Amino acid sequence: MKHIITVNKPTMQKSLKTGGCGECQASCQSACKTSCTVGNQVCEK
Amino acid sequence: MKDRIHKFRQGDTYILLDINSGAVHVIDRMIYDMMDIFQGDNDEEVTAALRSDYREKDLQEALGELHSLMDAGQLFAPDIDVPPTFRQEGLVKSLCLMVAQDCNLRCRYCFGDAGSYGGERAVMSPEVGRAAVDYLISRCGQRKHCEIDFFGGEPLMNMRTVKAVTEYVRQKEKETGKSFKLTLTTNGVLLDDPTILWLNENRISVVLSVDGRKEVHDRMRPDAGGNGTYDRVIRNFRKLVDSRDGKNYYMRGTYTKENLDFTEDVLAMKDAGFDILSVEPVVLKDNPLGFTEEDLPRIYAEYDRLTEAYLRRHREGRGFFFFHFNMDLSNGPCVAKRLAGCGAGHEYYAVAENGDLYPCHQFVGRKKYKLGNVYDGVQDTELPRYFRESHVLNKETCKDCWARFFCSGGCHANADLFHGDIRKPYEVGCEIQKKRLECAILVQALLALESMEGQPET
Repeated sequence: MKHIITVNKPTMQKSLKTGGCGECQASCQSACKTSCTVGNQVCEK
Repeated sequence: MKDRIHKFRQGDTYILLDINSGAVHVIDRMIYDMMDIFQGDNDEEVTAALRSDYREKDLQEALGELHSLMDAGQLFAPDIDVPPTFRQEGLVKSLCLMVAQDCNLRCRYCFGDAGSYGGERAVMSPEVGRAAVDYLISRCGQRKHCEIDFFGGEPLMNMRTVKAVTEYVRQKEKETGKSFKLTLTTNGVLLDDPTILWLNENRISVVLSVDGRKEVHDRMRPDAGGNGTYDRVIRNFRKLVDSRDGKNYYMRGTYTKENLDFTEDVLAMKDAGFDILSVEPVVLKDNPLGFTEEDLPRIYAEYDRLTEAYLRRHREGRGFFFFHFNMDLSNGPCVAKRLAGCGAGHEYYAVAENGDLYPCHQFVGRKKYKLGNVYDGVQDTELPRYFRESHVLNKETCKDCWARFFCSGGCHANADLFHGDIRKPYEVGCEIQKKRLECAILVQALLALESMEGQPET
């Protein structure tokens, strides 16, 4: 494409059916302790 | 359709985020303008509105590209409802143990009243700590990975319990097949050689509290006698990080109204030899160190500065991790996780020194949020359900916000602090979060582009 470059291969819609295993880290535990963020986590599957 | 996208410009870069798919597109100025009008089925309206600004041929070409994205499910992806993978009840997977509700520092912004959390200074007994481990195992179901964070106050003031719990955890891992990740958050004052050796041998990840520049740290994090602590703790942290090959740590700081030039603090940490970093805004109500809406323009500008510094250092081969800029745009969390958020109150609990359970470490001491204790479990069944259901799709201010699947609705404790209601997010925190997310998306998009350019064409 000339006007648009897509920089990722998103999996969010697919994860509506496949997610929920819960093996990922609790987002507040690792570094922040004061601000809740999930967007910067990685799926452990 | 506008509520399904978010677009922003930073410097010369234009970004389009498709909210419900998570697709990130770097676009040109023309697409940026078109997205004010384009709805997916109104091409003629778009060309009529922009014909005077752009060539017809270019507009048609761009419309073709937008329709291709729609066909690929990467533009105007359908709205997301609560998926079946989001269980009605959470399984507990993480505990924060307040092993010492006491502290040897007197940080000026402490949310825990110098460790006491509004109560008497006290430390957790090994018995309470072991009961917490048993409680977690009894409530985590089939899940393999569990987490415990040794927190306080200052957890190194109670190594007796830290060691007893760790030994018990390792024993229970063998018996149950579970895998525990242990972390410890410390101010570093008591971090001597034997403690460093023990932490390494027992595979404890650490969060190291430093506020960046020496003068900022010493002003904000004095000891009980009012003396600066930077020189002492940075020496100890240096030893610790060197002894574990620069791995399994985070260096974490807080910025306040007194250091709005916090890019300097992030870079000071890096220049002191640390490169896994997090610096966060203080959250205080009615306090001169805390933030108000009037501070936001200055904070936004500083995140722009930090973004530039982050990218510059990366390109110079002197890069560092910054917690809020880390974002895996392709392999991020599932929707169930994005709804569960931090898990406070349903997947994540804090254990007070006496064994009482609270939704998270910040709620400790807020009596109406006491859920039960490690011996009898959670007695209050309503509150955990309320926390579980207080996700972004159930909060008025979140359900239409573009950032809803990245921020998970903000910190419940902060919402309670400012509004007495965990479903009413702390607005200044939201605005800072959104700015940080834009910076993170931009950083990851630019790095991805640079990586693409470095690859041979196929």
